[in-house]
Amino acid sequence: MTELSTRIKNLIDDEPVALFMKGTPNLVMCGNSQRALEALRALGAPVTTVDVLPDPQIRQELSALSGWPTIPQVFVGGELVGGADIVQELAESGELRQKLADALGPDYATGEERVVDLLAPAR
Amino acid sequence: MAASASLQSLLEGAFPDATELSVVDRTGGGDHFQVTVASARFAGLTLVDQHRLVYDALARPLADGTIHELRIKTKGTE
Repeated sequence: MTELSTRIKNLIDDEPVALFMKGTPNLVMCGNSQRALEALRALGAPVTTVDVLPDPQIRQELSALSGWPTIPQVFVGGELVGGADIVQELAESGELRQKLADALGPDYATGEERVVDLLAPAR
Repeated sequence: MAASASLQSLLEGAFPDATELSVVDRTGGGDHFQVTVASARFAGLTLVDQHRLVYDALARPLADGTIHELRIKTKGTE
């Protein structure tokens, strides 16, 4: 595994909700990333976002790990939930709220948002 | 147009039993698509696994940049 791949994997495993997206919550660069973010926000999910645009390698390594070819990708409790369509569908059916509560506990809805730069030097 | 038809035929090849199968060019630009597939193959699969089957069918146009944005709706047949 490359160092970047390890960072991606650790982030997926460690963050309650990880959203790999195009852009940042303040400047979303893609409609699908926007839809996924909105669905998570509407439920008050704590979201850690990673912008995949600064380096194409982020996207390559991520897709190699997840086996999911497109962006965005949403992980809850280390598990791939899906892309924008699935997240939106599960939000509408109530299953996303359930999944968040199951993985993070009933008081998951902190609404905290965090942006992680995977290319920054290790902390 | 051309791209929609080629996605349609890839999906038809992957889901010969589909009871519903459509490809819509959402913007008219030939690279933003909404695909809908209803198939008995989806029965019992999670949405992630259902979408993976669609991604598998469209692996080539996803990899070569034909598809810039893809929206997927899958339905198991009940």
